[in-house]
Amino acid sequence: MSSSTAPIEKLPTGIPGFDHIANGGLPRGRTTLVSGTAGSAKTVFAAQFLSAGIQQFDEAGVFITFEESPDALRRNMVGFGWDIATWEAQGKWAFVDVSPQPDAEELVRGEYDLGALLARITYAVRRVNATRVVLDSLGAIFTRIDNSQLIRGELLRIVSAMRGMAVTAILTAERTQEYGEIGRYGVEEFVTDDVVILRNLIEEEKRRRTIEILKFRGTSHQKGSFPFTVIPGEGVVVIPLSAIELKQRSSNLRTRSGNDDIDRMCGGGFFRDSIILVSGATGTGKTLMATTFLASGAAQGERVLLFAFEESRDQLFRNATGWGFDFESYEQNGQMRVICNYPEASSLEDQLITIKKEIESFRPQRVAIDSLSALERVSTMKGFREFVIGLTSFIKHQEVVGLFTSTTPTLLGGTSITEAHISTITDSIILMRYVELFGEMRRGLTVLKMRGSAHDKEIREFIIDGNGMHVGKPFRTISGILSGQFTHTAPSEIERLGNLFKDDSSSI
Amino acid sequence: MSIIVLQLFIAGRTPRTEHAIATLRQLIEERLIGHPCELVIVDVLTDPQQAEERHILATPTLIKMSPLPQRRIIGDLADADGLLAALSLPPLSPA
Repeated sequence: MSSSTAPIEKLPTGIPGFDHIANGGLPRGRTTLVSGTAGSAKTVFAAQFLSAGIQQFDEAGVFITFEESPDALRRNMVGFGWDIATWEAQGKWAFVDVSPQPDAEELVRGEYDLGALLARITYAVRRVNATRVVLDSLGAIFTRIDNSQLIRGELLRIVSAMRGMAVTAILTAERTQEYGEIGRYGVEEFVTDDVVILRNLIEEEKRRRTIEILKFRGTSHQKGSFPFTVIPGEGVVVIPLSAIELKQRSSNLRTRSGNDDIDRMCGGGFFRDSIILVSGATGTGKTLMATTFLASGAAQGERVLLFAFEESRDQLFRNATGWGFDFESYEQNGQMRVICNYPEASSLEDQLITIKKEIESFRPQRVAIDSLSALERVSTMKGFREFVIGLTSFIKHQEVVGLFTSTTPTLLGGTSITEAHISTITDSIILMRYVELFGEMRRGLTVLKMRGSAHDKEIREFIIDGNGMHVGKPFRTISGILSGQFTHTAPSEIERLGNLFKDDSSSI
Repeated sequence: MSIIVLQLFIAGRTPRTEHAIATLRQLIEERLIGHPCELVIVDVLTDPQQAEERHILATPTLIKMSPLPQRRIIGDLADADGLLAALSLPPLSPA
């Protein structure tokens, strides 16, 4: 056969994100083992492989079910928007029903093989002219037939027959633990060259689904495990975080922050396609900064989107009105969308998908998230880091300016996990800190980083009044603001130090 | 007295298939004399639709369609002893 020397082609599955980590899709014409523990979404993944084939590529599929009855599958998959019954009527989907029949008791007398199964699979593939085949699941075959030697031989026969029919197949298999043997029957690895593992982990009492391509013999794929989620109306969505390439465009176009003082400090405003992190303790004015940023965009006729995880819509709108911004009317004329959510309402993976979907459908020029750190508490460190990377790289591809706020855990000084994770990803960082000055709490602000531009490096005092934020003079007589360990320096000392350097430079 | 209907599903003509058919014929001729008996042989390679309808997984598979209750036996019937009992058919003494 000439195909044995030809490079291995990939069949795009159409499962969101999966083709990305699979470097194109599943190896075409082969059978891939999809292994996972109970509840790891194997059947959904398999059914989606067929559904996406029909919906996106007009490729027919055959579903060989050993476990659930076709009726149960039709019912269970409706929630994902897959109308299997209609596809069956259109000749795009065929079931081979090998599920246990309650009325048919079987006795074994003598030798047998699975010739009937193979004949039925072949028949179904020919009947709908299938490109894709699913066998779900291996474990159920073993419970029905108590002869693993026979099953191993017969599976090899079926897999090679399917190769002969040039179909791309998925064989699902159960495993008893998340890490360990690929499958529980010890035959799985021998049957296929390609193995994908689905996991449903519990980490720090939080459920996390991940997918890992263990091997694709003779062809490439992304290494390591990637988070995924199962969404009603969509099915499996893989989040290819570390597989994201750093090829986002960057623009020299500047957008106004809404505050002239901040614009000046940033060297003329924020860059478009950039991410700004605003970090500060509670009450330092982060939400005001986000509000001003969005309002200024809306005032210029831009579409703006706000994800609020700390305050309700009413609170936000009331506060905005207090600063003189009419969010209500922006929302009514379709320029603004506000999405308020409790971080605990869904998993971080789902939040990420929601945010992506909102950005894709609303197509805003400005996006604010208030606050990113609120999402920290619903996830593990690793999960949160992946979320932030996924989110920032997505936003950077969308030609929007993103402003994220992050609350520091301590009132004075301090950094948060959010900063540690995203400071290298963001283009600009603005720190807002409380400054204790002779028995009074003042607020200080500095632009810590402004990628690709000069910026003001001083820590300036700012005040908030009824008109918003006003940035004033630098704190000259105080140091240690960022660490929260203030020391006051006498003005005469500053003068002396200043003169010292002046003398040095002039003497050279 | 109801008619006995047996269906034997095979996958092509193999020695295993031949063995099952021979065993079954012998059983009918020797042990079910006097009972109207119908044996239908279905080759799943030429008639896969039948296999699909009856949910046949293994070959050979023997189904006793009537009298009820239905019975299914998979294998080449190498072990003919007790086959009638397995089929819930009355073992008759030769006339």
